[in-house]
Amino acid sequence: MRRSTLALSLFSVLLLTTFGVLGQGSEAATGAHKPVTITFWNGFTARELGIISKAVAGFHKQYPWITVKTTGALTADKLTAAIRGGSPPDAASLFETDTLGAFCSSGAFQDLTSYIKRDHMNLNVFPKTIQNYTAYQDKRCALPLLADTYGLYYNKTLFAKAGLKGPPKTVDQLAAYAKKLTQRNKDGSLKVVGFNPLDGWYENAPAHTGPMWGAKWMNGNTSNIAGDPGWAAWLRWQKKLVDWYGHDRLVKWQAGTGDEFSASNAFEAGKVAMNLDGEYRVAFVDAEHPELKYGTAPLPTSKPSLYGSGFVIGTIMAIPKGSHDPDEAWLLEKYLATNTKALTGLSLGLKNVPSTLPSLRVPAVRKDPHFRVFLDIFGNPKSSTQPVLKIGSQNQTLFANFVQKWQAGHVKPQDLHAGLQNVDKQINDALKQSGQVP
Amino acid sequence: MTSAPVAGAFAATAVRSRRRAKRKAAWRRRGLVLGLMSPWIVGFTVFFLYPLVTSAYLSLTHYDLLSPPRWVGLANYRFMFENDQLVWPAIKNTLWLMVVYVPAQVLFAFGIALMLTRARRGVGFFRTVFYLPALVPTVAGTLGFVYLLNPATGPVDIALGHLGISGPLWFHSPRWSKPSLTLLGLWGIGNMMIIFLAALIDVPKHLYESASLDGAGPFQRLRWVTVPSISPVILFALVIGVIDSLQYFTQAYVAASIAVGQSASQSAENLGYPENSTLFYPVLLYQQGFRYFNMGYASAMAMVLLVVALVVTLLILRSSRLWVFYQGARR
Repeated sequence: MRRSTLALSLFSVLLLTTFGVLGQGSEAATGAHKPVTITFWNGFTARELGIISKAVAGFHKQYPWITVKTTGALTADKLTAAIRGGSPPDAASLFETDTLGAFCSSGAFQDLTSYIKRDHMNLNVFPKTIQNYTAYQDKRCALPLLADTYGLYYNKTLFAKAGLKGPPKTVDQLAAYAKKLTQRNKDGSLKVVGFNPLDGWYENAPAHTGPMWGAKWMNGNTSNIAGDPGWAAWLRWQKKLVDWYGHDRLVKWQAGTGDEFSASNAFEAGKVAMNLDGEYRVAFVDAEHPELKYGTAPLPTSKPSLYGSGFVIGTIMAIPKGSHDPDEAWLLEKYLATNTKALTGLSLGLKNVPSTLPSLRVPAVRKDPHFRVFLDIFGNPKSSTQPVLKIGSQNQTLFANFVQKWQAGHVKPQDLHAGLQNVDKQINDALKQSGQVP
Repeated sequence: MTSAPVAGAFAATAVRSRRRAKRKAAWRRRGLVLGLMSPWIVGFTVFFLYPLVTSAYLSLTHYDLLSPPRWVGLANYRFMFENDQLVWPAIKNTLWLMVVYVPAQVLFAFGIALMLTRARRGVGFFRTVFYLPALVPTVAGTLGFVYLLNPATGPVDIALGHLGISGPLWFHSPRWSKPSLTLLGLWGIGNMMIIFLAALIDVPKHLYESASLDGAGPFQRLRWVTVPSISPVILFALVIGVIDSLQYFTQAYVAASIAVGQSASQSAENLGYPENSTLFYPVLLYQQGFRYFNMGYASAMAMVLLVVALVVTLLILRSSRLWVFYQGARR
């Protein structure tokens, strides 16, 4: 009796294992699963949504039993309302990366650790920066969907006129080149600006410029802007250049520049010779000003060892609380985050950096020399990102408030350190109030 | 012997049944009143009382919209007055609106209405012209003003330049941003102007005639006849203006977002541009509640706003005893 039971059990295990393995290997091909339709809400619209839908069609080909209904124009507000209303999408993708802390800490985004462990997913296919901005503390509740990297765009025609050959590599060179490239009208107003150092304009933000000085936001769980000499060094450098132009003159010139995401963008229109911008500008220039002779390079840095690195951020994907089919949503997100073919298609279509290290080596992605620079910045181990906090982007706003006063000359130079300490205090108070720090 | 108690019992029953009928009728009346009032009761409960009570409760919790509220007592109020360094600039900016923006709007609307009552030709045309801006959507109007007052390409600064005057930076200067918003507010005084116009037309002519016979000049007629006659309308305009200023949001949000020159996603981080000069109390409340998911704190801010609005309105109403005159009322 015992022997027969044991034999039966072994036979059952054998059967299960065999068919289980076979089933795993051929699940996509045989279509042995029950058909499932999942919803995927994301922030893309119009042409870009079409490119996402194309990638999703590739997923359906691989997993024919899963049909994905794609909806665009998702924002954090809409997703919050959907989760609160109990009708969230099965999978969601957000541009607003800085909301991850709130979504993750509240449980509104599901922890993906069990899926990652179950599928033995190798997170090292993503650079460290991506691993940082897709997790909140020790909770990994998002995967990346492409990335944005920031570098320097420079106008080759204006460079040739000024007798300059290559892009600046140090921040001192950047200031010297900026002065050389600047052109003024007869009345002294600015016609062409070499480099606009004013914070708040286009992509000029502490998060994007800080990495040029190797500046870090946090020391453990506390804000450390005053404690990191990089921030003060950046601000002193910036103020010196602002004063050279004249703050009000620069603001007036800035007010006359076109909308950032239009054909009258100041760099595209030749009104600024060098500009800090994301890799996506390559596609805008191709579409709007193909005649523009320009180059791209990593942003100049304060230390030679930092050159080649930059700021990295990107779109995130998550499984919201209340998702009806989280397993299928996971399969979709894993596919979009790691499938090299899908990432290549998305990167070429959206002109964003593909989010895995293997996809950076795909020749088709590396073909455009303007774009290639950003792929290398993305892969640079010294590239950095912003911290994921429960207070969202409040730390950036509080710092930006101070920088506005500083650059306008409304903070005395000797009060810089005290001012930065006060910024830290405000951020730490907000962190405490949010419950992130006890 | 027996007829008297029977008659008494009969009378008592009759009284009781009359009372019952009366009570029934009273209940029916109450039911009718309640029935007729029910749309208001439902509206008041659902759209005012419930949100008010919920907001008061949430102000005592830490609530991020996504997880259940956690009781923190008065911590949000303490944070507001002891730690949040943006609250005071926001209060100062909002006070500026109450002290400068609202009186300017009232005076301007009154002035335009007064001129329109004096116009002899093209009255309809001018009334339409001054009223039209009130029909323009707030966002579109604000965008228009940011364009008009652009220090580099705006027609106002270009015209000033031709006159040899270097124009200000308008929405880009912390000193000029609020005056720029005031100009935008003055442009859109159509509704207030129409109310003043109606009140001015309604001032009895014989009062002017009597004043003239007594030797009053135009200024004295304005001071002693026009202003007292329309003082209830001035009170109304002031109260509405103050409540509006306490809820001032759209114009400040749009102007800061456009002037800062960033993409929509980033400009939300620069609300209050430049240098927090357009960070009004409701803008800060929105930022905390909907950008940072800090709804418990935003609710505490809303409760403070409610109390301030009540106190200010009561003060204005109290002071009105001294300067508002109602026709036929004894003072």
